[in-house]
Amino acid sequence: MTQHNRAIFQPSGQIQFGIFFQGVNSGTVWKAAESGSQTDFESFRRLVQTAERGKFAAFFLGEGLRLREHLGRPHALDVVGRPDAQTMLAALAAVTTNIGLVATQNTTYNDPADLAHRLSSLDLISGGRAAWNIVTTDNAWTGANFRRGGYLDHADRYRHAEAFVETAKRIWDSWETPNGPARRVLHEGQHYTVDVTPRLPRSAQYRPVLFQAGDSPDGRDFAARQADVIFSAHPKFDDAVEFRRDIVARSVAAGRGANSVQIMPASEFILAATDQEAQEKKAWVRSLQIGPQQSIAYLEQFWGRELSSYDPDGPLPEIDPVVEETSETRGSGFHGAKARQLADQWRAEAKDKGLSIRQFVTSKTARIDATFTGSYTAVADHLAEYARVGAVDGFNISPWLIPTGLDDIVNHLVPELQDRGVYPTEYRGTTLRENLGLEMPVRSEEPVQV
Amino acid sequence: MSSSNHNRAGFLAIELDGAGYENLATAVLAAESAGFHVATFTDGRVPGRANALQRAAFAGPVTRTIAVVPEVDTVYTEPFHISTQLASLDYVSGGRAGWIVTAAESPEAAVAVGRSSVAGGALAQEAAASIEVGRRLWDSWEDDAVIRDVATGRYIDVDKLHYADFETPADFPGPGYSVKGPSIIPRPLQGQLPVLAAASLVGDGLVPVDAVDAVLVTAPTPELLAAEVRDVRARLGASVAVVAELDVVLDSRGEAAVSRSLSAQEDGRARFVGSPAGLTDLLDSLLQEADGVRLHPAAVDVELDELSRLVLPELRRRGSLRAPIQDGTFRDVLGLGPAENRYSTTAAAAAAGK
Repeated sequence: MTQHNRAIFQPSGQIQFGIFFQGVNSGTVWKAAESGSQTDFESFRRLVQTAERGKFAAFFLGEGLRLREHLGRPHALDVVGRPDAQTMLAALAAVTTNIGLVATQNTTYNDPADLAHRLSSLDLISGGRAAWNIVTTDNAWTGANFRRGGYLDHADRYRHAEAFVETAKRIWDSWETPNGPARRVLHEGQHYTVDVTPRLPRSAQYRPVLFQAGDSPDGRDFAARQADVIFSAHPKFDDAVEFRRDIVARSVAAGRGANSVQIMPASEFILAATDQEAQEKKAWVRSLQIGPQQSIAYLEQFWGRELSSYDPDGPLPEIDPVVEETSETRGSGFHGAKARQLADQWRAEAKDKGLSIRQFVTSKTARIDATFTGSYTAVADHLAEYARVGAVDGFNISPWLIPTGLDDIVNHLVPELQDRGVYPTEYRGTTLRENLGLEMPVRSEEPVQV
Repeated sequence: MSSSNHNRAGFLAIELDGAGYENLATAVLAAESAGFHVATFTDGRVPGRANALQRAAFAGPVTRTIAVVPEVDTVYTEPFHISTQLASLDYVSGGRAGWIVTAAESPEAAVAVGRSSVAGGALAQEAAASIEVGRRLWDSWEDDAVIRDVATGRYIDVDKLHYADFETPADFPGPGYSVKGPSIIPRPLQGQLPVLAAASLVGDGLVPVDAVDAVLVTAPTPELLAAEVRDVRARLGASVAVVAELDVVLDSRGEAAVSRSLSAQEDGRARFVGSPAGLTDLLDSLLQEADGVRLHPAAVDVELDELSRLVLPELRRRGSLRAPIQDGTFRDVLGLGPAENRYSTTAAAAAAGK
């Protein structure tokens, strides 16, 4: 093995793709004729098999444990109805052979021993292809669906999540040999206690790969200590380079190698044969993502009141937000005086730029930074630059159309990237850890308790 | 044609725990092609056993006729997760999912999640609450809730989504809880998944009879099993299907069953040890009493081989075993009609219009 300084980042010169099936969002177009079911197995089978044909590293499923609401009722305008992540991924394991299977799972509404066991199961059933995208929620509103309720302070959530992940790692590390014996795992924490003798051996990739998406300083430090891959919010080139620099520094500070934590930003691709066609396609996609009703609903979140009498193609509402009722509106980050201040600011901004409600909302919601628009060759050239400097390890692509949204990426963009030598032409192995090029975890030094 | 004179034809289920997770696809395909109607997946806390619901999910896409039915505990689990996982299982199996409800006393399971151990009558109350949550959440989206109405911009019709608003009853023995809903996934393909439980868990003061669709009946010996099936039917009435539980060790590949039957009997189930012909006769008579029989093979691959060659074809010839229903649902296997939705506005409107 060649020796190199683990504290110095070395670009791999490669990028990989993952697919992020969102299933609950305004970015997924459902009004087009080609749009299929968001729930039926055939949609998932088609997507994952297309991704595998394109040598994608991973298939991600999101999770939301309470239906989004709007003005006190379930939100009606966007796609919704995503199946349970691990159940769907166990089924997809049966119809795929190489692609990684990433389940977004919450640390607040699961028990560590149970979740670790189920993730082990998925890892073993899939032959070492499972991963856990760690998320943490702190609201009592989601907790209303659970025995456990919502019990976490916002400030506490990363401390809680880290104790949870540490416990899960000890559970996955517990088997001394592939046949046992297993070490008992004890944990007594503020929010839960665990006393378990794990029942499943290590998988072909040792344990599930860990993804994490936190972006605050605490979230980044948590990822730098615990995660294998960061599902980042920094796809734009300069921003991506800066984010890499920051994560390398945090990883090294946490005692890990500079290449230990990979980065895959969320992204959207709108592609065509020529740049001009791609721009036209983008306008069409945006018009389907944010329709007239979504534009009004978006403002209603912040205004806290019904605005259906306003013309989506007219100016922003002149009336002020309702202060008290905003607490009824989930997804609103603004309350009270802040809402009024925001409304003033937005009215001024829309007026300055001459934007209608719909144009304004489109400008606020479109994944401007996260969207790669252009011809296959132009986008391939751009992505090759990310690979060259090591800005990212790959992109986690949210298709805007289900189930055909990966077709042009796999048929046209992937071959362009392969021609440029920056994208895999074959899977390196059968496990997700191998295919991402991650190191095997180091076995715990704790002795077995007899 | 047949030498015996039957008027009932039942179904057969097989427990696939012995296949583990490595030989799962082979085993479930073998069971399906042998003509079994149902594959079940146990979930007790045994080293090396992967999660039952995930094994069932894996089995779903590789098969098209056999029902895939996992055990899922109700005492130390979150009812919301169970409900959405089972609904998802119904989607990945094309409407062939079911749920064997378990509520076993397990101090080990309790400490693993930091809860106090639940015992005695409280176990059935936990199971009853979880079933009620599961069923309400499955109904919380009406069948036609996804409307994709481009003109109004609505993906779903919010009037067809319902809050479950479940609260444990005042006399609930453990810490009470509530579940808000609606579910995060549309109504399962079957509307309501068939729910099964051990007969000992169902009845007055236990899980209510109308909460389950089928019960699993055990007896100490094969000879006592038919009488036990009759007793359970008398106790619970005709609304639930009755499934007899039978361990099976067969003569195979020149080896006598008795010499293969090494382990002491610990599970309390009747055990048949002998020839395929003897088993055929026993199942033939059991299927006259029970709606179905679930077999627990001593070794999945060995017994499946004998069962598929010598036992199931003969039972079908005698008319005591139904042919599997191509592309059917698990509700079809149990002879259940379409599941009504407790929240259905369409049904309510139709009734009001009469």
